[in-house]
Amino acid sequence: MLLIKCPYCEEERPELEFRNAGEAHLVRNSSIIEQSDEDFASYLYFRQNPKGLQFERWRHIHGCGRFFNAVRDSVSDKFLTVYKAGEPKPDVDALLSANALQESAPIKKRAPRTKKAEL
Amino acid sequence: MVEVSQVKRLHPLQVGHAGILSVSVTLAGNATRISLRAREDAVPALSKALGLTLPTRPKTTASKGDRSALWIGPDEWLIIDNAESSLIADLGKVKVLHSAVDISHRNVGILVSGKGAAAVINGGCPQDLSLAAFPVGAASRTVLGKIEIVLWRLSENEFRVECWRSFSAYAYGFLQESARDVAV
Ligand SMILES: [Zn+2]
Repeated sequence: MLLIKCPYCEEERPELEFRNAGEAHLVRNSSIIEQSDEDFASYLYFRQNPKGLQFERWRHIHGCGRFFNAVRDSVSDKFLTVYKAGEPKPDVDALLSANALQESAPIKKRAPRTKKAEL
Repeated sequence: MVEVSQVKRLHPLQVGHAGILSVSVTLAGNATRISLRAREDAVPALSKALGLTLPTRPKTTASKGDRSALWIGPDEWLIIDNAESSLIADLGKVKVLHSAVDISHRNVGILVSGKGAAAVINGGCPQDLSLAAFPVGAASRTVLGKIEIVLWRLSENEFRVECWRSFSAYAYGFLQESARDVAV
């Protein structure tokens, strides 16, 4: 079973207590009325879904109930880090090099797709 | 070190009967329960009204007499007291912003006690219940089989399982079944 660290419970818990809640750091435009349909559709529907490291939201639904963010490798399922909701994106390169020092087989960084989804 | 427990051979007609198993699964008495939600700044006033210090560390509890407060989340507690408790009236006097919902009848308490109680819980709960990870007095919301529970360790070999009333038949049956597997 996958063990996931909850930043609020401050310890690793079995995956059965958690629920994935999709891509993290999606920001809703403050004035969607001025936004084009394409831009709003991009915010609402289209996700990066990269092969490799991705920022995602999780909820410790059968634990403390909190939402939090995580950086996870979508290939190996390995969590690079977790952080509380509202906290800024962590420096992934710094974490990877710290990780490389600790482990002999570090996680390879794959650049997430930055191009906006084509409609 | 690997722990080896001796398997006790049971007569097929005795299996499942009270007094045969090392772990007993019994119903806890009626209780007054509150689901308490509040921000950090309300904790001192709520603690004063409750007469105990609300725990603010993950997985911890605080008790005074029959009244106990279980940390569920950073802004959430489960308060359990005896059936005749003045809990609701006590919290009614608190002036700071908080939410206190009477869930006395929403939950059912089940007591699991005896040698091997942790193994009985682990029959359906994936948490680490070693004394180092889940010491006496620890409590946490978690899962048991396919339902959600609140688990509270009362002593080394005694746990209280709190579940929603519509899940209680499942939880009770599950724990009794698990106790038959863990006859040590
Ligand atoms: Zn948590």
